[in-house]
Amino acid sequence: MNRLSVTERLALNKYELDDGHPHIIVNNEVCEAECKIRACLFVCPANVYSQQNGKIVADWAGCLECGTCTVACPPEALHWEYPRGGFGILYRYG
Amino acid sequence: MSDDKLDAIVVGAGVAGCTVALLLAQEGLEVALIERGPFPGSKNLSGGVLYGQVLHQIIPNFWKKAPVERVITNQAVTFLTETDSVSLDFKTPSFLQKPYNAVSVLRSKFDRWLGEQAEKAGAILIPGIKVERLIREENRIIGIAAGQEEMFADVVIAADGANSFLAQEAGLRQRIPEEHVAVGIKEVIALPQEVIENRFRLEGNEGSAFNIVGSATQGIAGGGFLYTNQESISIGLVIQLADLVQRQKKVSEIFDQFLNHPWIASLIKGGKVVEYGAHLVPEAGLKMIPRLFMDGMVVIGDAAGLTINNGFWVRGMDLAIGSAIAAAEAVVKAHQNRDFSAESLALYRQKLEESFVMADLRTYAHAPHFMQNARLYKRYPQVVSEVFRQIYQQDASPHQPLRQIVRDAVRSNNLSLLDLVKDFWNGGRAL
Ligand SMILES: Cc1cc2nc3c(=O)[nH]c(=O)nc-3n(C[C@H](O)[C@H](O)[C@H](O)COP(=O)(O)OP(=O)(O)OC[C@H]3O[C@@H](n4cnc5c(N)ncnc54)[C@H](O)[C@@H]3O)c2cc1C
Ligand code: SF4
Ligand code: SF4
Repeated sequence: MNRLSVTERLALNKYELDDGHPHIIVNNEVCEAECKIRACLFVCPANVYSQQNGKIVADWAGCLECGTCTVACPPEALHWEYPRGGFGILYRYG
Repeated sequence: MSDDKLDAIVVGAGVAGCTVALLLAQEGLEVALIERGPFPGSKNLSGGVLYGQVLHQIIPNFWKKAPVERVITNQAVTFLTETDSVSLDFKTPSFLQKPYNAVSVLRSKFDRWLGEQAEKAGAILIPGIKVERLIREENRIIGIAAGQEEMFADVVIAADGANSFLAQEAGLRQRIPEEHVAVGIKEVIALPQEVIENRFRLEGNEGSAFNIVGSATQGIAGGGFLYTNQESISIGLVIQLADLVQRQKKVSEIFDQFLNHPWIASLIKGGKVVEYGAHLVPEAGLKMIPRLFMDGMVVIGDAAGLTINNGFWVRGMDLAIGSAIAAAEAVVKAHQNRDFSAESLALYRQKLEESFVMADLRTYAHAPHFMQNARLYKRYPQVVSEVFRQIYQQDASPHQPLRQIVRDAVRSNNLSLLDLVKDFWNGGRAL
């Protein structure tokens, strides 16, 4: 059976997008100085993080707000907070 | 929000927060329940098996009114190798007796309902507000702030879930180490009711709960679950983060392979994915429990790390409710005595110690360590599968006696007798 891609899965979810207010900001200086494993690239269930021209980029709109990246990533590399009240993922089942 | 001081502020309307708000309101306290999602449950996710007898103590016969999916009458453990499966499948009509041992729920519906019960009891639900920080006066917590707004109370109850930024901010908890948590990923797959009932051999509102170990997680510490709802299946993985980081495998690919395992694929066949979610699971048990109280604040539920995963089940919702009951008792007492100091709120810890919550955390104190044993995920499922294959396979050659089959399977998987004895001993101690 053909499984859905992560992008296709995320498209089935309901989000209240907070345009212009990213809740994840990557500090690439810390990535470069301190991080060898680059855990963000494989621990995130929503594939939010990718590497573009050597820099880590967060496509935060698809974030499931689990917090896994904040635990796996060295301190100070991410500015990560929950989206503003009322915004972000809205589980209809959970 | 007004400047008037409340009796209590609860942050987070999950099962823990809704329950404590309900209990405090019932005792006549003025309590606000603040939730960052637009409604309680909109941010919450679990596997979905609620061991609900503790909830029945507070809301008698809750299943009559609450959005519960199915009554779990069938619980099974399944071992997977790359291609095979061996299940130990327990089914009993006695689980249909009330109060039910366990029911399946979907949190977006269930927490919403529980939040309504808290509101009916008099709690003030404030959805769509993210609490950004605590307000202190010297070393005592006196309120919370969200944007420009501030709100004050005698006590702040942090029920803000596994990440608990509030417990961290208060200094009750350190930054979470990756050894202490697992990442949970889940899909909800819709299937017609009759298909579910035929496929799992269920009558009426009966339900099944499978916990899955072995090749489910590609040998990484963790396991899978498959639970039936009325018209959907909850399926997912819980993967220990430290082990995942060490193995550097992509979590979404592990999940794909799990869904493609022939045994899993046959159970979800024809289904339509309706939601994909993820959530952290606190997994270190006793070891990760932070300081639970201070002047003007207590921490409950996942925020306090109160979850147990022993491979047969994941439990957190009932422990969250148990901790909410203990916290409510302490806060009501503190309210009567007008004393919200740490010494007074220490009653919460004492009540928790006296309840099933700490008793069970103690019983399973060794489970997190045992569950890290790599043999559990690769070799034992292989051994079990080989033994069963030898028992059932008839290929016109003479059969070996069972003890020989077992011995061969153990040997061919590079397991020593010592490993076996050690693991059985540890398993016996941990589970
Ligand atoms: C994959 C998976 C499977 C599981 N399976 C089971 C199972 O089968 N059975 C079981 O019993 N348990 C299971 N659990 C555990 C269970 O889900 C948790 O123990 C339970 O949800 C804890 O409830 P809680 O109320 O403490 O926290 P949560 O349900 O996480 O609630 C926290 C609430 O706080 C809100 N919040 C957080 N921060 C703020 C803020 N700053 N301001 C305002 N609001 C905030 C959140 O939006 C949320 O509503 C599972 C967990 C996972 C991840
Ligand atoms: S894990 Fe964190 S520090 Fe490392 S590359 Fe990713 S974002 Fe940067
Ligand atoms: S919080 Fe979870 S879903 Fe969001 S970016 Fe981090 S790991 Fe990915």
